[in-house]
Amino acid sequence: MHYLLITVTICYLLSSAGYFAYLFVQHRTLYRVALGCIAAGALLHTVMIVAAFAGSGYFPARNLQQTLSLAAWAVACSFVALQLRLQLKVLGVFAAPLAAVAMLAASHLPGGAVANEPVLRGFWLTFHVVAIFLGEAALALAAGAGVLYLLQEHAIKAKKMGFFFKRLPSLDLLDATGYSCIVAGFTLLTVGLVVGLVYAKMVWGRFWSWDPKEVWTGITWLLYAALLHERLVVGWRGRRAAIMAIVGFGALLFTFLGVNLFLSGHHGDFTKW
Amino acid sequence: MPDIVLLGLNHKTAPVELRECLAFSSDETVAASDILRKEPGIRELMLYSTCNRIEFLMVTDRRDEVVGAAKRFIADFHGIAVPQFDRALYINTGDEAVRHVFRVASSLDSMMVGEPQILGQIKEAYFTATRQKTSGVILNRLLHRAFFVAKRVRTETGIGDHAVSISYAAIELGRKIFGSLEGKKALLIGAGEMAELAVEHLLRQKAGEILVANRTFENAVALADRFGGKAIAFEEITGALEQVDIIVSSTGSSKPIITRDQVRGRIRRRRNRPLFFIDIAVPRDIDPRINRLTNTYVYDIDDLKGVVEENIEERNREAVKAERIVDEAVVHFRRWLDSLDVTPTIVALREKVQRIAAAEIEKTLKGMGHLDEKDRRAITRMQEATVNKILHDPTIFLKRNGCHGDNAVYLDVVRKLFRLDERSEN
Repeated sequence: MHYLLITVTICYLLSSAGYFAYLFVQHRTLYRVALGCIAAGALLHTVMIVAAFAGSGYFPARNLQQTLSLAAWAVACSFVALQLRLQLKVLGVFAAPLAAVAMLAASHLPGGAVANEPVLRGFWLTFHVVAIFLGEAALALAAGAGVLYLLQEHAIKAKKMGFFFKRLPSLDLLDATGYSCIVAGFTLLTVGLVVGLVYAKMVWGRFWSWDPKEVWTGITWLLYAALLHERLVVGWRGRRAAIMAIVGFGALLFTFLGVNLFLSGHHGDFTKW
Repeated sequence: MPDIVLLGLNHKTAPVELRECLAFSSDETVAASDILRKEPGIRELMLYSTCNRIEFLMVTDRRDEVVGAAKRFIADFHGIAVPQFDRALYINTGDEAVRHVFRVASSLDSMMVGEPQILGQIKEAYFTATRQKTSGVILNRLLHRAFFVAKRVRTETGIGDHAVSISYAAIELGRKIFGSLEGKKALLIGAGEMAELAVEHLLRQKAGEILVANRTFENAVALADRFGGKAIAFEEITGALEQVDIIVSSTGSSKPIITRDQVRGRIRRRRNRPLFFIDIAVPRDIDPRINRLTNTYVYDIDDLKGVVEENIEERNREAVKAERIVDEAVVHFRRWLDSLDVTPTIVALREKVQRIAAAEIEKTLKGMGHLDEKDRRAITRMQEATVNKILHDPTIFLKRNGCHGDNAVYLDVVRKLFRLDERSEN
């Protein structure tokens, strides 16, 4: 299992290197190799997760190592899926290193202690975790697209046709990509949350228990809901939407890591190390 | 050895007054080659004439004679004395001529480095030459190489990237904002060459409806008809800001035509869709503070000039890479040209046949252990004599210049027929 973990990490690292090289040299082969690496990594990673699931009977999201690894998997998968639909190659500069960093952190954490409660088994819990992770990964990509949007907009507004102006696509494509990612991410997040609430009712008899993670997830969800609402009603787009996507991702990161590290609650067990 | 000679003048050596006097129209080009081909020293000939250059490309054994004849021909054809244009002429021979052709085809010698038309013009001239059969084995090879070099330069360097005209730079910016310009509505305020050119570029990018506003409504109607658009009154501009995406402004007004507040009031109604202002007027028509509003971009004439200058610098940087590709191609071409010399071809042919025969004899003798040394020597002698006899006639033929005319053709055929260039070429 550890070899697989290392191989996957190497795949993501190679892909990151490939995307950075592509950013500078702009050669198509580089981009193809980089995409190949991250796709291969995602595939191996899937195998790894399924194997771990089959081996223990628990979905592997039970300690910080597994959670981080799952986050990297979600980022890699959603990025590859996005590449199939929208040709925003340069986003790899954001996605591949994100997956690589998460994997590097995961491989340096001990894999021993896991939460072992029967509550953590079952289809609905797996569904809850996978939907939320994929949704969060899509929202991470939206933040990446937002950063690229701000860079490109700055180049155009400041009339400095430098490094990024040439390499980044049109504002319209960046904005559209960010928006699609947010729609997909928000949908998955909502589905995952609803399933989580229902599951909580089933096992603990209540929907909501004011667990810090629940509270922060609620805040994050409201942030994205506000962003989508503004977009639909008054056509919020461009700079403000990009900034909101980045702020939202900040809240998301805090919900994902900060809450577990600084506050405690019933979600805290999954990030023990 | 035949020599490649290039004689001509271009925008760097001759002023436009002289270039227009000496230019050949396409019909004249045909007539001119028909006359000039009769010149005994000229083996192959191609001539091209564009607005920036007039050049004669010739293959000859008698260089000086042919140069004089070409000059006299230009003087006679256009009815102008040789001294009047002699100083503007450049005469390149050998590798320099080859390099010049490669550079011209790759658009490195153009007034605007990287402009794409020149390659088409050279191709056109070459097809005329092939139709008239004034090109031969050397020019055919030279021009095909030139097309190949031009293609390499275009794909491997950024020499043709980025707009170098104001109006096209504006369109390129529009594409960075909107992605595709298809269906985008534009508003033209005022009139002027650059502004109209920008609108034409927009139409070529399949832009949507074009609105035209002018202080004089009649002028607006006339321009709208030309672009297949719609004329609107000057007072309607504020309202139009809700529908259009791109505004091209070029009026003689001394006060801004569009103010910040005018635009600010429209942004929400436009549901924040981006607006792109192209201000070509001096003094400016568009309040520059509009650029600070969200999803709104303003470029004035100086900004666009800045973009163009940066792009030209970029092209010049890329031209350095292109020169390297050209140098490489010149070396390759020289190698091929040398191979058309008689002696190396005969030597190579002899070596190849000799090698094959010797290898076969050796194989055969290996299996015939019963032969003594004397028999072996006799067989080897027989093999050498056979090779000599087979090669005797071809050698004589090549040495005698193929009896008539162009030796290069036969040398080239021999090299291809016996695949003598396997290692040096491709």
